[in-house]
Amino acid sequence: MSAEMSTNGAPKVGVYVCHCGINIAHTVDVNACTAFAASLPYVTVAREYKFMCSDPGQEIIQQDLRDGKINRVVVASCSPLMHEGTFRKATAVGGGNAFMFQMANIREHVSWVTLDKEMATDKAKALIAAAVSRVVHHAPLVRNRVPVHPDVMIVGGGIAGIHAALTMADAGKKVYLVEREPTIGGHMAKFDKTFPTLDCSACILTPKMSAVRSHPNITLWTYSEVAEVSGFVGNFKVKVRRKPRYVKEDQCVGCLDCIDACIYKTAKVPDEFNVGLSKRKPIYVPFPQATPLVAVIDPETCIEFKTHRCKKSCAEVCQKDAIDFTQTEQIAEVEVGSIILATGFKTFDATRIARYGYGKYANVYTSLEVERMVNAAGPTAGEVKLADGSKPKSVAIVHCVGSRDAHTNRYCSRVCCMYSLKLAHLLKERTEAEVYNFYIDMRTPGKGYEEFYDRLLQENVHFVRGRVAEISDWAMEKQEEGKLTIRVEDTLVGVVRRIPVDMVVLSVGLEPQADADDVRRKFNISCSHEGWFLERHPKLAPVSTFTDGVFLAGACQGPKDIPDSVAQAGAAAAEALALIDRGYVELEPNTAYSREELCSSCHTCVALCPYGAITFDTTKHAAVVNGALCKGCGTCVASCPSGALQQNLFTDEQIFEEIKGVLKYV
Amino acid sequence: MSDSTTPQNFEPRIVAFFCNWCTYTAADLAGTARMKYAANVRVIRTMCSGRFDPQFVFAAFREGADAVLLGGCHPGDCHYMEGNYKALRRFFLMRRFLESMGIERDRIRLEWIAASEGDKVQRTINDMTAAVRALGPLSMEKRALLHSADLSAAIDKPESRPAATKGGAA
Repeated sequence: MSAEMSTNGAPKVGVYVCHCGINIAHTVDVNACTAFAASLPYVTVAREYKFMCSDPGQEIIQQDLRDGKINRVVVASCSPLMHEGTFRKATAVGGGNAFMFQMANIREHVSWVTLDKEMATDKAKALIAAAVSRVVHHAPLVRNRVPVHPDVMIVGGGIAGIHAALTMADAGKKVYLVEREPTIGGHMAKFDKTFPTLDCSACILTPKMSAVRSHPNITLWTYSEVAEVSGFVGNFKVKVRRKPRYVKEDQCVGCLDCIDACIYKTAKVPDEFNVGLSKRKPIYVPFPQATPLVAVIDPETCIEFKTHRCKKSCAEVCQKDAIDFTQTEQIAEVEVGSIILATGFKTFDATRIARYGYGKYANVYTSLEVERMVNAAGPTAGEVKLADGSKPKSVAIVHCVGSRDAHTNRYCSRVCCMYSLKLAHLLKERTEAEVYNFYIDMRTPGKGYEEFYDRLLQENVHFVRGRVAEISDWAMEKQEEGKLTIRVEDTLVGVVRRIPVDMVVLSVGLEPQADADDVRRKFNISCSHEGWFLERHPKLAPVSTFTDGVFLAGACQGPKDIPDSVAQAGAAAAEALALIDRGYVELEPNTAYSREELCSSCHTCVALCPYGAITFDTTKHAAVVNGALCKGCGTCVASCPSGALQQNLFTDEQIFEEIKGVLKYV
Repeated sequence: MSDSTTPQNFEPRIVAFFCNWCTYTAADLAGTARMKYAANVRVIRTMCSGRFDPQFVFAAFREGADAVLLGGCHPGDCHYMEGNYKALRRFFLMRRFLESMGIERDRIRLEWIAASEGDKVQRTINDMTAAVRALGPLSMEKRALLHSADLSAAIDKPESRPAATKGGAA
């Protein structure tokens, strides 16, 4: 280290304290901090400036470097996770080495979290002193470049995954699209119309699904799940578990003769695609436009799998010999440079709110069930029917079921107001029933959304402001007999009302997928409190994650509607394309290295490294680190009893100096 | 913190080691959300809690820290797969070692704080600051000064007796 230091001359540290407008200066005495910095050893320049990250701010650093006044830089401003890159670059542009730089976080860790100005200033001084003590021991480093594999994997075949896949494939990139259901399409395939334009959902989605199927650059793996991810940005290795469909995908032509031939003459199994409103056979396709249009056998219900004594009429009738009861799970392994997660959401389980009677009263439906019901290709061919087959004369739509509720989910699910309005319109159109919307607040921000709300007001749909207290079949008056009564406080009038209806639609909110936690662990990313995948920065990196090369699209990141999901999918594709077209990634040079002459041959580090980057060289009698495999966690360094292992940017010396600095002065 | 030698004004100095991916990010989130908390904790960032060398903790105490806080990702969430498990094992080792040196176990703490848990950073720092304030300073010199301050206060006002536990008054 000392040899490297000498190449850079005696340490001359420049300290730059940022006001960040008033974000820092309001709480921290910037002038006092600057004067304090000037008094520290090795500090040759100490300045303060309104916005260090601005061009003039960076120019101040660069000029001092060019003038030879400094050879090390400390900027006391925001978090290094925010602007470390900016100032490293400025240091390099000024002629220094980007890594002869250290940041003191006096905004996120000081001014924004401290009330007492004197204590805030003291804490800022301590952090500045720590950075100065440390940067004196920094050494020039170079970044290694590694090539980026040009292929991309997209996980989830809903509208977000489909759009990202098509964007990437149209740009000439090879895409692996992995979907766990037997078909792509996701939730959007289940909807009848989309708000606010009332476009037919299938009409705009199915062409994109077919385009995915026929695109030469897209490898579509449905009925498949990611089993394991290893590697890092630019060079991921992904293992995909391909579940057996028991129907050969390359042989099946989608004639559906096998389904007719199944020895089950009538369908008996609840149909997942129609959310249980209809039945399917053990061999089935989820819906007529399923992509790929390939049958799948459900081994849980198929007689052959249960008894091995079925006459296998499905196989007899198949002219392509596509049915194969011996199929087994396959593991496919591919290398990709980037990954886009578009794993979507699940709807709130309405049985969790018992007082709304879902699962107890036959005529209480979830919004997703009604979506299927109003869909012409759905279980009732588009007819809205009550459990007894009659048409409802009055319908209640209950908003915020599993949203904005301290007992379930505190957040707003963003789409329910608009889809409730859409369903209100469709129900009115199909049944001419009286439709009541029970809402807390109408939330209709978006292009054409408020106008759609206005339109519904004109269509004589009733709007009652208040959260529904209870839904019951207990009649207090004659008109309530045989009906479901909504009990609600109408907060605009200030009275409790009882409104009898024939049918109730619960506008269920959006929740993270049940296995979101397992999925995020596989991809080494974080989740928010609620379980949505966490973006790197809500504004500046909204589709990136804390794992480089893994991007987010659609509702897996948080509740969003179709336009937002598609826009985000485009953004994720653009980020992945930028990575691929640059062709390389520059790695943070924070890898471990071995000072072989100090190694005592204890082998402790070899077993600790989670990446197998350390081997013991028997000729040198020392542990050696493979820099290409090391990810820079520093676990080995902390374990080395002889101090032979060190980590660039986090050497023992640098951290010990930081500890001294943070405590020595204030 | 210039006047940290009267019991009322004893401001503990706590050195924290936070991993880059979870706890440091959570501390940034607490800042962005403007959550106010005690100014007594000074954070040193490492890439992973696996980098927390026990010597760092001992050095912090040697250099004058009253307590040390360690923060890493929740079990199973480590950005580097299992660095936090290493930190946990070392934590037990460090605490035993410190206890055998007469340093109270409340002066070292390990917390799992995820990137989304800004509120947990606030809570942890406030809790720990209060606990360490109640313990009083670690340095014998400062304790002696505190004790003499107590005595002179008792002499000035004979009716008020020195507190049984040092520093609890703050």
